[in-house]
Amino acid sequence: MAITSPIHKLLGRSPIKPLQEHMVEVVKCAELLESFFDASFANDWPHAKAVYDRICESENRADDIKKQLRLHLPKSFFMPVSRTDLLELLSVQDHIANSARDIAGLMVGRSTTIPAAAHALWMDFLKSAIATTQQALVAINELDELLETGFSGQEINFVEKMIEELDELEHKTDHFERQVREQLFNLEAELPPVDVMFLYKIIEIIGDLADNAERVGGRLQLLLAR
Amino acid sequence: MPNASAADYNCCSHANPHQLLQTAPMTIIAEHGFLLLTLACLFGFFMAWGIGANDVANAMGTSVGSRALTVKQAIMIAIVFEFLGAYLAGGEVTSTIRKGIIDPAALTDRPELLVFGMLAALLAAGTWLLIASLKGWPVSTTHSIVGAIVGFAAVGISVDAVHWGKVGKIVASWVVSPLLAGTLSYALFKSVQALILNHADPFIRAKRYIPFYMFAVGFLMAMVTMLKGLKHVFKDSDLSMSFGESALYAAGVGLVVALIGGYFLSRVKENPDADKDNRFSSVERVFGVLMVFTACSMAFAHGSNDVANAVGPLAAIVGVIKSGAIASKTVMPSWILLLGGGGIVLGLATYGFKVMATIGRKITLLTPSRGFAAELGAAGTVVLASATGLPISTTHTLVGAVLGVGFARGIAAINLQVVGTIFMSWLITLPAGAGLSILFFFVLKGIFSA
Repeated sequence: MAITSPIHKLLGRSPIKPLQEHMVEVVKCAELLESFFDASFANDWPHAKAVYDRICESENRADDIKKQLRLHLPKSFFMPVSRTDLLELLSVQDHIANSARDIAGLMVGRSTTIPAAAHALWMDFLKSAIATTQQALVAINELDELLETGFSGQEINFVEKMIEELDELEHKTDHFERQVREQLFNLEAELPPVDVMFLYKIIEIIGDLADNAERVGGRLQLLLAR
Repeated sequence: MPNASAADYNCCSHANPHQLLQTAPMTIIAEHGFLLLTLACLFGFFMAWGIGANDVANAMGTSVGSRALTVKQAIMIAIVFEFLGAYLAGGEVTSTIRKGIIDPAALTDRPELLVFGMLAALLAAGTWLLIASLKGWPVSTTHSIVGAIVGFAAVGISVDAVHWGKVGKIVASWVVSPLLAGTLSYALFKSVQALILNHADPFIRAKRYIPFYMFAVGFLMAMVTMLKGLKHVFKDSDLSMSFGESALYAAGVGLVVALIGGYFLSRVKENPDADKDNRFSSVERVFGVLMVFTACSMAFAHGSNDVANAVGPLAAIVGVIKSGAIASKTVMPSWILLLGGGGIVLGLATYGFKVMATIGRKITLLTPSRGFAAELGAAGTVVLASATGLPISTTHTLVGAVLGVGFARGIAAINLQVVGTIFMSWLITLPAGAGLSILFFFVLKGIFSA
């Protein structure tokens, strides 16, 4: 005899856990960039390639989670947050993973080297961008607590504070970005022009990493507001 | 079930043709009274067994799923409180099913038709529930039996034999009960947010305010028992209490329940390790204690309303056979409620175990703080309906209650398609129950009064 219960059917799969798992994979992609840059600074391209492959693996896993979540979020679901906001949050998270993969991909593809004099500042810039994505994950991990309180009360203030911190980190990354550009501008005359073109491109994508992390916070704020 | 119908077939072929020729209504009952009574008891018991095996799991599954109770504990609670609910507070709904839907005046000169009809209704509801559970449809026992009774009465006897006003009220209560349960559980969950969850110290606040909810559980069950139940149990002792007296005693019971709960609450300690992962995990364990109490109230409410589906028709048959006529004044023997309660318990013990484990494993998304709000909202509504004598569907009421918590932004994802399937099951169950019961009614009538 088939044992079915309308109460069980009534409760759909929660989108919150997969959303958090997705963000964990996304942040893993960003974090791997640090050892990727270390390897590229040392001109150890086989190792850099290995790290790039790991970034791609994480990015693929994130993609799978994204597809599964989209498939299991039918329009008939009634949720405490808007379905559209949730799906947009997911896609912003996904952009972070894509940016991380693009950075490593561009550099591996043409063995792009960053001038030794710029290493320290580039690393600060990258670490700041990674820290921004990590803070976004911290905020996303609050989603289950938010659900617990029914998206109200103390918990909202708590998350608002996290989002403020996230904004500060992004501003810090912006600041580094300007410095890195300035430095590259001073060095660019001595470097092969095509390399310089790509270096500017990479700076831009690292900046995107932090921008999208901040947008995760913004999307989260939209989920709370109602 | 097939054995039972084969048995009554045999009896007929043995009957003496000379007697059949002069069969008058009274002699059918006099002649086959014992057989009819045995059949009624069998069918009624089978229905009660089915309710215990299948239906109870829906009521108790939320407690098991939220890990507030193990399957074994849920079964123990269900056995005790289903039985208490049926015995102490099941009288009103039983009497509605027994004599509220059909107008006894239409049947005074042909009492045996009521016996055939009620037998047919039991058989029809039982068959329909069997088909539905084989197919996995969310069908309600209540809707099946009401559809079946209305069916045989309107078609088998006459359209005027049905108390359409009462039937209208019952059908309206099927719409109102999920709405009321939803409103109650919405309010309950909102109160939990305001009093406990939305503060900096939810753990301490949970311990402070949860005894009040426990008091409400105890008060509710005691109040319904005293206002509506005891007169069915102690009808000979001329027990009567004013509303004020009842409220006073019920408050006493509520206080005792809150004190017992307070003792168990005091043993829950904060667990900082688990709180690192989710800051509310200790708070949820406090709600887990509360959920044991609401699970009791849910089982009580279910017993008080749903057991009537099985024993109501049985009580009607017993009434006719004992008195030989349709006497709306005769009191219902309490052994009938005992039989119904016993059937539920047997169903739980034999098959309900397995169903409860399966459903409990599936319902894991309701944490105790949500599960309690849904259960108490549903149990309150069902108990109220029981006191008013309205047969409603416990499962559908619980669905309404879960939706209520969802509207308070408490549940991650609710599949609204289920509401559609439930609505469809209403539309199908009423004519299906009615059709089957009309069929069985004419078969039984043909066999016995050929």
